[in-house]
Amino acid sequence: MTYDLLVNGKKYVVDVDGDIPLLWVLRDTIGLTGTKFGCGIAMCGACTVQVDGVPVRSCVVPVAEAAAKPITTIEAIGETAEGARVQKAWLDIDVVQCGYCQSGQIMSATAFLAANPSPTDEDIDAVMAGNICRCGTYPRIRAAIKLAAAGR
Amino acid sequence: MAVHDKLTLPVSRRHFLIGASLTGAGLVIGLQPSPSSAAAEAFEPNAFIRIPADGKVVFVMPSVEMGQGIYTSVAMLLAEELEVSLDQVELEHAPADPTRYANPLLGDQITGGSIAIRAVYEPMRKAGAAARIMLVNAAARGWGVGPETCSAEAGHVVHAASGRRAAYGSLIQAAAAEAVPQEMPLKPASSFKLIGHSVRRLDSPEKVNGTAKFGIDARPEGVSYAAIAICPHFGGKLRAVEDGPARAVKGVKQVVRIEDAVAVVADNTGAARKGLAALAIEWEPGPNGTLSLLDLEKRAEEAIGGNALTHINEGDVAKAATEHGPALEFVYRLPILTHSAMEPMNCTLHVRSDGCDVWVGTQVMGRAREAVADVTGLPLEKVVVHNHLLGGGFGRRLDVDGIILAAKIANQVDGPVKVTWSREEDIRHDCYRYLNYSKVTATLGADGMPVSWRHRVIGPAVMARWLPAFTRDGIDLDIMAGAETPYAIPNKYTDFVRHEAPEGMLTGNWRGVGATRNLPAIEGGIDELAHAAGVDPLEYRRRLLQHKPRLLAALDLAAEKAGWATALPAGKGRGIALSEDFGSFAAMISEVSVGEDGSLKTERIICAVDCGQVINPDTVEAQIQSGIIYGLSAALYGRITVQNGAVVEGNFDDSPVLRINETPKIEVHIVPSSEAPGGIGEVGTPGVAPSLLNAIFVATGKRLRSLPIDHNELRRA
Amino acid sequence: MIKRIFAIPLVAVLAATGIVAGMGSLQSNAETSDGGALKSVSDFEAIADTSARSKAIFEEASRVMTHPRCINCHPATRSPTQGEDMHPHVPLMNASESSLGPAGLVCSTCHGAENRPVVGSRMKSIPGNSHWSLAPASMAWQGLTVGEICRQVKDTSRNGNRSLADLIRHMGEDHLVGWAWHPGEGRSAPPGSQETFAALIDAWVSTGAECPD
Repeated sequence: MTYDLLVNGKKYVVDVDGDIPLLWVLRDTIGLTGTKFGCGIAMCGACTVQVDGVPVRSCVVPVAEAAAKPITTIEAIGETAEGARVQKAWLDIDVVQCGYCQSGQIMSATAFLAANPSPTDEDIDAVMAGNICRCGTYPRIRAAIKLAAAGR
Repeated sequence: MAVHDKLTLPVSRRHFLIGASLTGAGLVIGLQPSPSSAAAEAFEPNAFIRIPADGKVVFVMPSVEMGQGIYTSVAMLLAEELEVSLDQVELEHAPADPTRYANPLLGDQITGGSIAIRAVYEPMRKAGAAARIMLVNAAARGWGVGPETCSAEAGHVVHAASGRRAAYGSLIQAAAAEAVPQEMPLKPASSFKLIGHSVRRLDSPEKVNGTAKFGIDARPEGVSYAAIAICPHFGGKLRAVEDGPARAVKGVKQVVRIEDAVAVVADNTGAARKGLAALAIEWEPGPNGTLSLLDLEKRAEEAIGGNALTHINEGDVAKAATEHGPALEFVYRLPILTHSAMEPMNCTLHVRSDGCDVWVGTQVMGRAREAVADVTGLPLEKVVVHNHLLGGGFGRRLDVDGIILAAKIANQVDGPVKVTWSREEDIRHDCYRYLNYSKVTATLGADGMPVSWRHRVIGPAVMARWLPAFTRDGIDLDIMAGAETPYAIPNKYTDFVRHEAPEGMLTGNWRGVGATRNLPAIEGGIDELAHAAGVDPLEYRRRLLQHKPRLLAALDLAAEKAGWATALPAGKGRGIALSEDFGSFAAMISEVSVGEDGSLKTERIICAVDCGQVINPDTVEAQIQSGIIYGLSAALYGRITVQNGAVVEGNFDDSPVLRINETPKIEVHIVPSSEAPGGIGEVGTPGVAPSLLNAIFVATGKRLRSLPIDHNELRRA
Repeated sequence: MIKRIFAIPLVAVLAATGIVAGMGSLQSNAETSDGGALKSVSDFEAIADTSARSKAIFEEASRVMTHPRCINCHPATRSPTQGEDMHPHVPLMNASESSLGPAGLVCSTCHGAENRPVVGSRMKSIPGNSHWSLAPASMAWQGLTVGEICRQVKDTSRNGNRSLADLIRHMGEDHLVGWAWHPGEGRSAPPGSQETFAALIDAWVSTGAECPD
């Protein structure tokens, strides 16, 4: 069956089973590889994208559920005001190490900041607990989110 | 690895000289071996700089980037002497070619052991200097002025007296004709513009906008996608597989069987995974099919009394022990650990009759190429490895098992195929940090200070297979790293009992390598001695470290920053762990609070580190933070269990790692130093567990000697 | 009847995860899963005393309410538990004011309108429902006795201002309540069905909605 996807403002028609997770359609079928595979069970957050502005774990979202809704991935999050601010803060603090989880971190942080303009450490932890980083960039993620909030 | 600087290496860096050639791409300058030095061929770093006529200067990276910041640091070294600014630079992965890109201290194209900077600190600067000298000479010759009247800055040669400037790109033809300098005086540290100053990572921009390419992101034209099921039982085989339902899944193209695995190939990974789940697979459990973790632990326990090989024998431990008994004796037990890098294992290959391309992120470029040549039967030169960024290494990508497996599958597939492991496969088929036990026996003198220290290390000899040069008379030198302690103890004896995992269970290197194996016993042990002697653990260590000024300075700094002298309320404690490894010196102090119910909170961790000349201070801080969090994950959660010869855990639900909400405050303090640079990527990890154990003892009076930390043992109620 | 207490010791580090909880000494609520089929209203006809019958019926109905599928989202804190062993949810979730999780990590970041099958994992599916959310703080059941749960359920100041009739409707028709009997592969369902459960609630109300001690 074919599904119409609206990814980063662009329309794609994909011919896959409806239960295939959105992640693989984005990465393999469409070729947007910025969204990462980490666990496949919504445990690590590496695959986070936004559907209708809500961050979701694309590794468990069936493509059929995401069809026809606006999907934003890391490749286009910089076009939003929050996304750009978060990316800039990530650069200013030099958050990244291996970088693999950072697409997901930024997608979560962006949705978070849009709703919470002045987060505390506790607020940050409550949201970012969903995104694992094995390099341990957590202290800098906290700092960068605060910087992004301050730069509003 | 940990003490690779102790390796007797066949070639010294003096054997390198600089050569230059003009290629189609521009001026290539690198360190090439002297033709008269045959031995140098194995350590031939070469071609690190490419200057095109216009555009950015290209630096080719001999080490791989897995988060440790090496791309930025190496670029700083090259740029410092080449006199270019970092925004004029573009980075390129080196191809698999150990003859040009081997790490001079490891003798192979390997990134690991926190040894890159130690190996290339001088060669990279010389490579930059040689290029600059030739460019300056070329410009001076063209202008008819003495080269000594010219200088280089920001990618230009400048003749200040006449105000003339020439961009490097305009000089490449002339520079290629210049003689290769034999002397490359390097800047004194006081003139460094980059080295020692925090600069932003060069790989950050692409990592925040999704364009960074990891191995898993390779998409060669016409690629298919494979999901794989590997026999869950170590040493087991594939018996039979019913693949009808899998083939019926939309997008599935092929089911590939190899000796110990099945792969489903499809037009996207999701379909491949769905197809894989539809397979009915029958495994032959093999010789380990009934093994459980209890069996493995029992075997390790028995090995404590097994045949031991003497490693270090200083003084007379036996005599000291009889004169000063009774001995204090304790056994520290470390669990099986996974690496769990965020990027699951993957490898993309295109095997053709006339050659093979491999797209992967690996810490062992040369070995990756050899492995694929072996599997495919192709000549080495027909195998091209395209390296990528690594989504974490931690030692996992020091092994090529995943590349071999992928190559066996790709051998049966037409066109390129990307093999992506599930997280479950990644956890169940790791190159594990295997069970590691330490038995320490010590005696104290009348003053409470240690007179004898005996440390028996029980664990696998990973180096025997992985880097045999780092063994001696059957002893794995890595697993013994630092077993003798840095402390002034007159009688020391260390020995090694080789105790391997069951056949088929791969064991390997894990961040912090030997130091993470031994530090719990050493730093936990010395703490036990201090408490037995009734001496403050800081003071106890200080007395034993008067011959170790750098370690002592780090300890004093950490103690000051931690406020060691200020008392903590009941239920809280601070613990110290020191490490001297990777050419660096670190003092870590953890502060914990333990609730009546056994709940443990790591309040903060302070680390003071002397890693010699710092290249990028911001990277030092980041790597210590990183190492600490990696170590904390392991100390709190790291534990693999085995049932029926198979690993039980499979994902982050049952094999948890530290999350941001569990992350304590971490403070990193750098001890200023002009000594030779030390490693930093692994320095933060080893001290975490012992400093926590020591802090827990202060908080609760309970001495834990097994990891991970068991909260049940911390209950006081 | 034995007074059942559903105590969840706060395990170690706040976000103690599955394996840690598994190693810990979580008190299981085995009674809820081992008690056999859910009795129907007629099974209580023998109890002559109306008040006693009412209490007994609620006891029976509470086997559903205290089943992990239900009580995991009626936690003592504002963080859900999960799994048959009711370990703290991984990752740590905070209900936030909305009971839907904080922006950036809302329930629907992982939980869909329906259960989502996953492949290749021990976890066979991610549970989901269009109303997936944490029960309000006033409806915290974990740590309460059955009697305490009963009094909470009846208390309009704590039950979302529901009348007894509303309760019958809620238990019998609510889609999220009904999810418990369709929890997705890899999860146990509470005993009985939503219909038998609702019938018990109905009978409990009509017998005076008496609460066990």
